[in-house]
Amino acid sequence: MATSDRIRKLVSEHEIVLFMKGEPAAPKCGFSAGVVKVLEAVGRPYIGVDVLEDPFLREGLKEFSDWPTFPQVYVKGEFIGGADIMREMYASGELQALFSADAGA
Amino acid sequence: MPMDAEAIQARIEAALPDAQVLMIDLAGDGDHWAARVTSAAFIGKSRIAQHKLVYAAIGADMGGALHALALQTFTPTNPV
Repeated sequence: MATSDRIRKLVSEHEIVLFMKGEPAAPKCGFSAGVVKVLEAVGRPYIGVDVLEDPFLREGLKEFSDWPTFPQVYVKGEFIGGADIMREMYASGELQALFSADAGA
Repeated sequence: MPMDAEAIQARIEAALPDAQVLMIDLAGDGDHWAARVTSAAFIGKSRIAQHKLVYAAIGADMGGALHALALQTFTPTNPV
């Protein structure tokens, strides 16, 4: 499967996908660790994908997301941003609102 | 080779001439930077689009020579 198809499959099959350095239980970068904390606080199920284990995925994602760094977060198939944007969106409540919208739909 | 603050700031200012850039050395090691960037170029753009403008200004070194850049973007009406 082409890398871009693998990415599309991952982000369509899971509500929240965190592409990170290391695993959620053992992040290998402070920025990835920060996003794990944010997602734990949000409390929705998510999957963490370690890009250090997969150089093709790592390079493919930079192009797919048009974003040069990790972590990268996808919610409902859409690229939301990196560590800074996640932190800002959590602080402002925008991140939580992405999920509460389900209740009203 | 890490990038120093002046080099990072110069690239941002070259791409966004009106930008006010504040660099903060997060770890004291000259390799983990935070930047607060204020520019009129961000007006009307999503956060992702704002950050992409800064990443594009830094170029291919972003994610390479420059390992980590914590980024906050602001518009002049909503400054740092």
